[in-house]
Amino acid sequence: MRCMVMVKATPETEAGQMPTEAELTAMGDFNEELTRAGVMIDGEGLHPSTKGVRVNYTGSGPEVVDGPFTEARELVAGYWIWEVKSMDEAVEWARRIPFEPGGTGSSPAVEIRPVFTDEDFGEELTPELREQEARIRAEVERRS
Amino acid sequence: MPGSTDTPGRSFLSDPAPRPGAEAQATAGAVEAVWRIESARLIAALSRQTGDLGLAEEIAQDALVKALETWPEAGVPRDPFAWLLTTARNAGIDRIRRERRLREKHAAVGAELERSLGVGEPEPEAEAGPLDPEGVGDDLLGLIFTACHPALTVDSRVALTLRVLGGLSTEEIARAFLVSAPTAAQRISRAKRSLADAGVRFEVPDETEMGERLGSVLGVIYLTFNEGYAATAGPGWTRPELCDEALRLGRILSGLIPDEPEVTGLLALMELQASRLGARTGPDGEPVLLDQQDRSAWDRLLIRRGLAGTDRAVRTSRPGPYALQAAIAACHARAARFEETDWAGIVRLYDRLLVERPSPVVALNRAIALSRAEGAEAGLAALERCAADGRLDGYHPFPAARGDMLASLGRNEEARAEFSRAAELATNEAERQILRSRAAGCD
Repeated sequence: MRCMVMVKATPETEAGQMPTEAELTAMGDFNEELTRAGVMIDGEGLHPSTKGVRVNYTGSGPEVVDGPFTEARELVAGYWIWEVKSMDEAVEWARRIPFEPGGTGSSPAVEIRPVFTDEDFGEELTPELREQEARIRAEVERRS
Repeated sequence: MPGSTDTPGRSFLSDPAPRPGAEAQATAGAVEAVWRIESARLIAALSRQTGDLGLAEEIAQDALVKALETWPEAGVPRDPFAWLLTTARNAGIDRIRRERRLREKHAAVGAELERSLGVGEPEPEAEAGPLDPEGVGDDLLGLIFTACHPALTVDSRVALTLRVLGGLSTEEIARAFLVSAPTAAQRISRAKRSLADAGVRFEVPDETEMGERLGSVLGVIYLTFNEGYAATAGPGWTRPELCDEALRLGRILSGLIPDEPEVTGLLALMELQASRLGARTGPDGEPVLLDQQDRSAWDRLLIRRGLAGTDRAVRTSRPGPYALQAAIAACHARAARFEETDWAGIVRLYDRLLVERPSPVVALNRAIALSRAEGAEAGLAALERCAADGRLDGYHPFPAARGDMLASLGRNEEARAEFSRAAELATNEAERQILRSRAAGCD
């Protein structure tokens, strides 16, 4: 199964504070271990929400709000995509992430969520919707 | 190695201190998860120390049993790998002592193995600490090459690899290959015996042997993948869990040998093919062929990884068979619709593949691609040529391909006969059905 491991933002990540060299090395080692175990599929870090934009879909149409956003705990600072056999395995890997306990603000946290597969959608995803999705994805692929 | 770098003291041996913040108890699922993560490098480290993969696998199992007995109550230890390694070595020493008592004449061998496990050293636990990452990589490579040793039958290689590298139980292997648990157990124990009989050393082969030995490893992984991708037997058309295991093995190998184009090529090939798994089976489990597949159900993340891997794999003066097959799979992955497939490009890639790995099956696939690129007449002519030596007799995709081409030329009577013949030859039930219905559809 595939899961997304969302790294929650902290006041430090929101302040754009870069990790120390020791933290980077530890995380690099961890990522290498994930890769060597065949678990790592994808992963990126995200800029703080100052550089982000939020779009709210309201009754009067889409409403665009520039960052920053305040509630750090609800924000995402980065993510991994892991391929594992079970949520238990994902949790076991998550236990090994070399995060240092937080300083001034909240401690680092991740949230692990299984990725939907087509089977999970069942009847909701009609052939027409699938086809539309395929066209969009193919177009994105072509442009990338 | 995060998680194993911080191992102060060894008190967990007598009193397994749960890691900080961990709940006191561990579920069976958590123990299983640790096993899946640690078992390969555990068996690898033990194999290096004892020089005996069979013994290493058995004492690793002893340690797993011990973990299943104690962790649910005491919690997962702070450093599960070190705990398992020490427990396994103690189990090994117990076994050797027991055996020595039973068989005095083998005492000398036992003593040597015992020494290799560290008996009599002042601090036997000291060695159970974190191994340097390079060493772990070499151990794992040694394990892969030993499990896929040419001295073993291919069945045994596959079973042993899934067992020691995939961490699969005998029951899981049995289920994966639709054999009984005793049969799977027999394959594994026969494999271990063959390794011992042939005096296979636990090591990474040197450069003179590397090519052939790597070929065997890649072959075992791809065979496992294919058995999941197009099951040769049984009711189901695919067994995705086998594909997942093969992908994981491919990723492990590619993490260990990142610069070998054929390793990269095999992983890319498997990722591109696996991207279609969700679309290959209809609602009732029936096969859905490439031209009928709903391409929106293809896994874009696997395609992206597969395309990037293919690019790396073919960026060499002379791409090998897996890189070329990945390049062919990439042509399909790039086509948003079946009609947009670059068949002429695929034919050219098959031409190169025929040079690298001449085989009647590759020639058959080239003929199919040619029929798409230049029409069914050209395809039929190419089919005749590749069937001339009779090596495709009895291979059901051959009459199925002929049936396809004949049907597209409106030669329905001949097409029906070919599809019927293909249905008789196919061994997979789902595939037989689709071929029978194609025969019936030739009117």
